[in-house]
Amino acid sequence: MALHDVRLRINGTEYTGRVEARKTLADFIREDCGLTGTHLGCEHGVCGACTILMNGEAVRSCLLFAVQADGAELMTVEGLADGDRLHPIQQAYWEHHALQCGFCTPGFLMTSLVFLRDHPHPTEREIREGLAGNLCRCTGYQNIVAAVAAAAEALASGAHPDFFPAPARPTASVEQIEATEDAVPAAHGAPADMQGDGATGAKKAGRRGARGATTPRGTARRTRKPKG
Amino acid sequence: MGTRYVGARIARNEDPALLRGRGLFVDDVRLPGMVHAAVLRSPHARARIHGVDTRRARAVPGVLAVYTHADLGRLGAPLPKLIPHPSLIHHKTQCPLASDAVRYVGEPVALVVAESRYLAEDACDLIEVAYEPLPAVASVEEAVRPGSPLVHEDIGTNVCARYTQQTGDVDDAFARAPHRFRERFVVDRGAACPMETRGVVAPWDARTGLLEVWDSTQAPIPIRNGLAAMFGLLQHNVRVVAPDVGGGFGAKIMMFYPEEVLVPWAAMRLGRPVKWIEDRRESMVAMNQEREQIHDAEIAADGDGRILGVRTVFLYDSGAYIPYGLIVPIVASTTLPGPYRVPSYRCEFAAVFTNKTTVSPYRGAGRPHGVFVMERLLDRVARELGLDRAEVRRRNLIQPDQFPYDVGLIYQDNAPLRYDSGNYPLCLERALDLIDYAAWPARKQAARSEGRYVGCGVACYVEGTGIGPYEGCRITVEPSGKVVVATGVGTQGQGHMTSLAQIAADALGVTPRDVSVHTGDTALFNWGTGTFASRAATVAGNAVALAAQAVRERARRVAATLLEAPVEEIELAGGKASVRGVPARAVSLGELAVAANPLRFAMPADWDGPGLEAVRYFTPPQGAFSNGVHACIVEVDPETGMLSFHRYVVVHDCGRVINPTILEGQIHGGVAQGLGGAFWEKLAYDEQAQPLSTTFMDYLLPTAAEVPALEVAHVETPSPLNPLGIKGAGEAGVIPVAAAVAQAIEDALEPFGAHIAEAPLSPSRLRQLIAEGRRTP
Repeated sequence: MALHDVRLRINGTEYTGRVEARKTLADFIREDCGLTGTHLGCEHGVCGACTILMNGEAVRSCLLFAVQADGAELMTVEGLADGDRLHPIQQAYWEHHALQCGFCTPGFLMTSLVFLRDHPHPTEREIREGLAGNLCRCTGYQNIVAAVAAAAEALASGAHPDFFPAPARPTASVEQIEATEDAVPAAHGAPADMQGDGATGAKKAGRRGARGATTPRGTARRTRKPKG
Repeated sequence: MGTRYVGARIARNEDPALLRGRGLFVDDVRLPGMVHAAVLRSPHARARIHGVDTRRARAVPGVLAVYTHADLGRLGAPLPKLIPHPSLIHHKTQCPLASDAVRYVGEPVALVVAESRYLAEDACDLIEVAYEPLPAVASVEEAVRPGSPLVHEDIGTNVCARYTQQTGDVDDAFARAPHRFRERFVVDRGAACPMETRGVVAPWDARTGLLEVWDSTQAPIPIRNGLAAMFGLLQHNVRVVAPDVGGGFGAKIMMFYPEEVLVPWAAMRLGRPVKWIEDRRESMVAMNQEREQIHDAEIAADGDGRILGVRTVFLYDSGAYIPYGLIVPIVASTTLPGPYRVPSYRCEFAAVFTNKTTVSPYRGAGRPHGVFVMERLLDRVARELGLDRAEVRRRNLIQPDQFPYDVGLIYQDNAPLRYDSGNYPLCLERALDLIDYAAWPARKQAARSEGRYVGCGVACYVEGTGIGPYEGCRITVEPSGKVVVATGVGTQGQGHMTSLAQIAADALGVTPRDVSVHTGDTALFNWGTGTFASRAATVAGNAVALAAQAVRERARRVAATLLEAPVEEIELAGGKASVRGVPARAVSLGELAVAANPLRFAMPADWDGPGLEAVRYFTPPQGAFSNGVHACIVEVDPETGMLSFHRYVVVHDCGRVINPTILEGQIHGGVAQGLGGAFWEKLAYDEQAQPLSTTFMDYLLPTAAEVPALEVAHVETPSPLNPLGIKGAGEAGVIPVAAAVAQAIEDALEPFGAHIAEAPLSPSRLRQLIAEGRRTP
């Protein structure tokens, strides 16, 4: 079977490969690029676990071929956090127990990202409809909805357009975060006492995202519905 | 010992990695030289195989091997009979690859190994199997009729077991009862559908003789033991790892699925690591299913609605094989009496083969069926006697002073069914308060006057949890002061890395973030059974408590020596041991760990081993019994048949709560699955047992748009059966949902006289019931 060159960027890094035309984008991301955070739950475009951003829009990577993404700018779950610091949406998921097994989570995070970019002040109903293209079997969605609502609040509390990806723009250089010392650190090595509701970290203002896109939210292109 | 962390809402230790895409699921395992397997499955529900021609498949470039039953040798025998039972006369299990017959759509016929999964699937298409299709039996009722096609011709019947349990003189109770009501209930098939399908990756190292198996299983230790036996290897030389597992819900504990044997075997034959990942279409036919039971049930009551007796005869559809034995129907039988005083009860079932996917426990494991039957019978009593539904339940509840309460049956763990503790009236009243049941008649009336159809449902249940035999744990304090907890019970999202850490942290005076919990890797802990039956927190949690207590005592002894103080005065807190009242006289846990493992010097006479480490096991005398009440308010649109939930309330008692946030998450997810099983999720088969719902376009998992916001309240009645006082909660959410929803729908559709005796429903089925109700005067 003939092979085709694919060159694309994921989370700001360039990847190239030679693939059969039938190779799905999801398999290319996972196997050829080694980014296994994007998961495959159904491979027929329903469950949304494989949702990534292609040129700033949410797509199902199981329904695309790698060759269709040639030249594209992709973002996967691995691109959300900034070093050790979780993205406010990830942070909200953590604080609200919005994941159990964690398998569907990458898709939900990427869907949430685009959803919140396009609906900065969502109602609960809008969140539920906005997430209805992703399946979760563990959580009953309640804490995911709560996390997205909390993330919306955290993101709205300051002007952080750079927490959102801009469509079809090259990634700028990584900016250093001016972290406040008291922020709930994102990852491992959290502070000694993690008791309490912890609903603090996501609301810390003044951070800038690592992906560095500086398009104001208002100019971001609206996403289409996830394909499928 | 304080309980700073047990009971606290602590964000989970496992989340940061999962949120960053750094989880390690089986499909994420990539090894040098790894090759990929695909399984050719039967397209027929019942057929003879006259031959399998693999020549064209083997000729595909990049294909390493194509295996059929003929290649398997000794391994081609039927897979182990997991859980025998004296009443299970025909304990049929499948062969890893079918030999001369297939008995369900999806049964493995050949295994292809190739350089890529794409090539392996190409090759599957080129295998030619000479099938002789035969008439198949899909319906469990059809299967017990004379002349039905036989799933296993050699046994001359489709009934593989009959089993009866009885307490009290049922027939006498029915003979004397003033009221007797008979019903027939159908609970149809559903699928667990974890978002991660099954998967196995197996590397074999011929030089070290070490077989490693990465398996998305709920029971890595039994898998290891079984593989060692099948391959003639030392258990010590087989390592099974269940890494991050993307949901299981019971369906990932079969021991053995064919692929769990075939993939390691192929790896050993080929000398290459082999990966097999089930795709969703496979999963909908090859992952075990559950739920199908047909009950004839009858209740006897006095004039006040008090239960005098219950009897049921039911058919349990086991699918084509019955590896898991009679667990599901036994659990259904023993869950049925629930929180009620049932003075006489008889439950009689036949387990029946059909040409459908094999059944084994799926979250609930028979409990939803039992509860559906009992609650629907009580609804009938209420309706016939003109009593309030909640009042009928109230009159029959076991009272708080009646514990331990002996139901008079034998539970799935072969121990007497004896409820350890509970406060059933309190749970019911709290649920009624939360749903504002007192105001319900007026609200219902108001809705009716607006032409809306709104109903309320209230259902109670008891959940057997925390059964034996045992689980264990090893706790080690490292020189860094970090605490390592290793246990055999894997996690599929239940939060073991956090809840077990909370238990250890309290005993050792550290924070849960200092505790690193390792589960599901037989190289780290190799005694135990697995995560099932809502038992991990109860059984492993108490093992953790015992081991942590032992480590604590050793740490205090070592600290007493170092600090030159009596051991009684040594306290552990903040990662240190200190002398009571003299916080400056302190030594860190890490220093104690070093001191407990010196490089020189003689050890004291009472020395009991190096380091700060202990292994302990917990074996519960019997299961612990959780309970709860669900209440919901549902509106039905009679034009579309669609439901909208106005309220959904859960009051739940699982004893002492380790982490309320995690517990509520378990409840939320369970209710969502229950709602699926009540209304959306139906595994459809045609008359020839062809599955009709093998995609998520056909098999409808509820989404965020369908599942309502849930209100969860806890009652805490500690279990007297274990040191922590905890009970299991993993399956609770799912259990009474179909019963509560059916009752609410029936209430809403009262003007139409709709009678709900089945689950799942669907919009079209609801419209049909409404139409039938309209026709019936």
